[in-house]
Amino acid sequence: MNEITSTRHNHLIDPSLQIWNWEIPVYLFLGGMVAGMMLIAGYFLFKGRENEENCSCFYLPYISFVLLSLGMLALFLDLEHKLYVWRLYTTFEISSAMSWGSWILVLVYPMLIVNILLKPPAAVVEKFPILNKPKEYFFSNPMRIKSFGVLTMFFGAGIGLYTGVLLSSLGARPLWSSSILWMLFLVSGLSGAAAFVHVIAKNVYERELLAKADNAFLIIELFVIALFIVGLKTATEVQASAADLLLTGDYAASFWVFVIGLGIVIPFIIQILAVNHKIKHTPIAPLMVILGGLVLRFVIVSAGQFSHWFRTY
Amino acid sequence: MNSLSRRRFLKISGATISAAAAVTSLSSVVKGAQKIDEKTGKPIKGIQKIPTYCDVCFWKCGAIAYLKDGELWKIEGNPNDPLSNGRLCPRGTGGIGAHYSTDRIKHPLIRKNERGEEKWVEVTWDEALEYIATKMKKIKREYGPESMALFSHGVGGTFLKHTMKAYGTNNMTAPSFAQCRGPREVGFEMTFGEGVGSPERTDIENAKCITFIGSHLGENMHNTQVQELSKAIANNASIIVVDPRFSVVASKAKYYLPIKPGTDIALLLAWMNVIVKEKLYDVDYVEKYGYGFEQFAAEIEDKTPEWAYPITTIEPELIRKSAREMAKNIPASFIHPGRHTTWYGDDTQRSRAIALLNALLGAWGRKGGFYLPNKFSVPKYSDYPKYPKSKKPLVHNPGHKYPYAEGEQLSTGIREATINGIPYPIKGWMVYATNLLQALPNRDETIAAIKNLDLLVVVDIVPSEIAGWADVILPEATYLERYDDLNNAPFKQNFVSLRQPVIDAPHDQKPNWWIAKKLADKLGVGNYFPWNNIEEYLDARLKKAGLSLAELKKKGVVKGEKQPIYFDEGIEPGFFTPSGKIEFYSLQLEEHGFDPIPKFTDHGNPPPGYFRLLFGRAPVHTFSKTQSYKFLKDAMSENEVWMNQTVANKMGLKSGEYVQLKNQDGKKSGRVKVRPTERIRTDCVYMVHGFGQTAKEMKTTYKKGGSDAELVTRYKMDPIMGGTGMNVNYVTIDWEA
Amino acid sequence: MARYGMVIDTLKCVGCQDCVIACEAENSVPEGFCRDWITTEAKGTFPTIQMEIRTERCNHCTDAPCVSACPTGASHYHDIGGVVLVNHDECIGCKACIASCPYDARFVHPEGYVDKCTFCIHRVEKGQDPACVSVCPTYCMTFGDFDDPGSEVNKLLNSRRYHSLLPEAGTKPNIYYLT
Repeated sequence: MNEITSTRHNHLIDPSLQIWNWEIPVYLFLGGMVAGMMLIAGYFLFKGRENEENCSCFYLPYISFVLLSLGMLALFLDLEHKLYVWRLYTTFEISSAMSWGSWILVLVYPMLIVNILLKPPAAVVEKFPILNKPKEYFFSNPMRIKSFGVLTMFFGAGIGLYTGVLLSSLGARPLWSSSILWMLFLVSGLSGAAAFVHVIAKNVYERELLAKADNAFLIIELFVIALFIVGLKTATEVQASAADLLLTGDYAASFWVFVIGLGIVIPFIIQILAVNHKIKHTPIAPLMVILGGLVLRFVIVSAGQFSHWFRTY
Repeated sequence: MNSLSRRRFLKISGATISAAAAVTSLSSVVKGAQKIDEKTGKPIKGIQKIPTYCDVCFWKCGAIAYLKDGELWKIEGNPNDPLSNGRLCPRGTGGIGAHYSTDRIKHPLIRKNERGEEKWVEVTWDEALEYIATKMKKIKREYGPESMALFSHGVGGTFLKHTMKAYGTNNMTAPSFAQCRGPREVGFEMTFGEGVGSPERTDIENAKCITFIGSHLGENMHNTQVQELSKAIANNASIIVVDPRFSVVASKAKYYLPIKPGTDIALLLAWMNVIVKEKLYDVDYVEKYGYGFEQFAAEIEDKTPEWAYPITTIEPELIRKSAREMAKNIPASFIHPGRHTTWYGDDTQRSRAIALLNALLGAWGRKGGFYLPNKFSVPKYSDYPKYPKSKKPLVHNPGHKYPYAEGEQLSTGIREATINGIPYPIKGWMVYATNLLQALPNRDETIAAIKNLDLLVVVDIVPSEIAGWADVILPEATYLERYDDLNNAPFKQNFVSLRQPVIDAPHDQKPNWWIAKKLADKLGVGNYFPWNNIEEYLDARLKKAGLSLAELKKKGVVKGEKQPIYFDEGIEPGFFTPSGKIEFYSLQLEEHGFDPIPKFTDHGNPPPGYFRLLFGRAPVHTFSKTQSYKFLKDAMSENEVWMNQTVANKMGLKSGEYVQLKNQDGKKSGRVKVRPTERIRTDCVYMVHGFGQTAKEMKTTYKKGGSDAELVTRYKMDPIMGGTGMNVNYVTIDWEA
Repeated sequence: MARYGMVIDTLKCVGCQDCVIACEAENSVPEGFCRDWITTEAKGTFPTIQMEIRTERCNHCTDAPCVSACPTGASHYHDIGGVVLVNHDECIGCKACIASCPYDARFVHPEGYVDKCTFCIHRVEKGQDPACVSVCPTYCMTFGDFDDPGSEVNKLLNSRRYHSLLPEAGTKPNIYYLT
């Protein structure tokens, strides 16, 4: 028997950490989606698909811009000392993932704006002809646009892995102290974005491609989740019991049903059948993937706060 | 999503919402008073330090209150005070909560509806005192002044006692005798001719072996004792703890004896058997000072550890080892006499057994044992007229049924007289600073007595449970807002200390001396208060001791010259017993038909499914008084019922789950959390006393936790001194919430 | 350089919370929160129990993860003694420091910034002990400088067995518990 009692009773800290509510998972989810979309858009630019009139790379930046802004709003809403938010940008703290993240976000916005200007709205260009300059600059040389595509992918990956690194840099929470959490969030972002683009893509080729790609991402995601769990289970006792929170503990139901079942396995099967033309493409499977990604963030953030060193020492 | 996870998600958002609400309500912190500069009319800037002495418990530690910009900030120990040595206990440190308590009564109140309904009309002090005086005069006319009784706890009662005596009654009591330390005092008086007193005359810091029986020092925070215990631990003193619960001090012990509740006398006899048989006792000391040792030795001849084992459940070897340990450290070895000692109705005999074991160890009058305290002499105020003489006897102990209840009166005796009118009716109670509903056993009897009264006046800081039943509540200024009488309690180092106001009362509260004086005026006995204000009184007393109020106001505490406190320092050993010796065989007890040498009596077992109800103290609370103090309420807002882990598992009870307790008479407690733990026996449960308060006006404490007092319907009278043994109730888990 | 820390004698501590209350009064800690607290750890089965009582607080770690996690530099090491402090008007309340602390020593003050034990640096700078240390009726806490070889805290560590909390977290805590 090991009976531990504490007189501490701090709000949001005891009996288990509850400092992060819906805002952070939503931000992580939206950040992941934006990361995936930038990777996809960048890939299409790299592949020279900018010549296709209805290429997704032209409207994904708009969507990314909106989603990223919503994510930033969620992040802002989470701050407890909101009036001091500007303090983020009076310094750069090299050891702080949060500081890296806030600066990356600042760099991503211009990136998205340039992406948008690859095909600026006609009405706007008429008024401000100067806005046509970037388009002219990039389109004048295929290598330029290819390089720009790579740069877009680079920043997309940056956000994606940052969302994972943010949590795993907080070593005090055993569930998060995994070196592949960033990969999980990146792949999950990719699969969510691919599912999303698959639904909205006007280009048939892209739609088919993304359905296939999404299946690949889902398989990889499943694999990364397995690695994540095995990594925790084979690490320290506290990390092992943190993994148990997902496998058999309080979060097992949401993890198995929503993340693994409805978020990965079932949409994978549906999409396999659809890709092989056994059934029709519907938005159902992609929607499931996207929701699965959202629940994944909720589960990881919530269970991570619940996991703790002290419970076993 | 499965229900568990969903609940967890919901729990998160629910907790966030309720916590946010809690924070909002916290922002409405009650403002205390401000110390105003008389010249500028503005709060005094900067830090002010004002010495005083504490009143959160009865230890009366010297303290220094700090004001920041005119507002009460913090309170620390007075480094010159021998009781606190500059360090207060958690209650003292949290004492400023008394001033800031959100539940404080702001104005005098007169009852509007039925008694106990807690509906009041705010009145002026003049109206309230006029009301009381009219009623008291009527009682005096119809029944005689003796039909008024005073229940009073603590130093603050001094002046009300004076008013009551001037009015003509001597029926006055405190629960601190028959519900607390009475048996201990009588048991030691029977043996050594003197009681232990308060502060207890235990020389813990110099002891090499200290034995605690049920006394959970460290959870009860008698400041000097805790400080000394720590020094003893630093000196590697051996600690022996006897307790059905693995207390804090048990964790410091070399030997822990997990005794079956109610069998301590058997253990004590077995210990003495070992020490006498193995001739480990202080032979010279016993020969020199002992009386009746031969009879005593013969009596305990067969009380072997093997005899005690089935009674106490303590292994004979453990009894022997612990007995040898205490004997090895003679004479710096003693058994702590405890303080709250009213357990089983044979408590005087248990205390006597403790005293006798201490006598075998040669502890009385010895360094590391029981020192002989001395007192800073401060003459009484002498310019008072003589009190009127009463022809009637006191009511608390008719026919001297309890022969040794004479020093202090039995509060349950006065209650009994109030119920049955024997030897004469009691028609009025004045209750000062004691919540009788938590302090006295069997609440129904207290309420029955109250129903017979023509007048119930309660003087208190907060609308306590007893105040809820009052006809008139008089709101008192807290100790931080008033003067009181001097403290020159007998101690190792003689001293005198002053309580003085450090801040104004925040509303219309008044100090007790003012209340007593004004009431005396109204009663027509104003001539008993020849002084205009308490400063005159205090200065007059201090002048006679060669000091002055001005000096005390500055220093807070003045120490006298160090006096000898041990036999070894030249004090002539003397014992105020009939034989003039330490009485191993008590002639007085024999004369009254009691066992001259303590005997073990069986106190039974809980019926199946029931547990013996035990209760004790927490370090952050005093009785039921401090639960509304900020800081202290944060440190412990409700109590829990401790229950053996295995038992709880069998019953399917989880940690933190709310239950109700039901006693053998069907009385139920309020909702209280279960604390399953390995730290307690399977045959008893334990609660911290003072919680589960039922006064609705006590907003911060109402129904927080459970009250042991509600469950103590039965009590066993100590035939020697009238103490009420309260550990004789059994409870079961009644309802799970 | 100084490295401030505490040595706490668990054999003396009775867990009375005097340190907690003294801290709350000294530092006007908002109601419902505490900067230090008591942990009681009981091992074994009745009646054979080993129990350790500890007063706990921020460990003022030498490698403080909270300082690393802070995006604005609000959480920092004080010039004197390496005490870990939070600058209220640089703190944005992102709570990364709270999540990074293995001791859960931090909390969000109702005014929005993150709050924690300061080792009563305002007292220490005046040559006084922290409030918790100076109030303790068991004298179980000793505050001092681990970089001073002759300091009382080093003497205690040299003479007794001790442990720190979660050394495996790698934060180099500066509070040691004598056993």
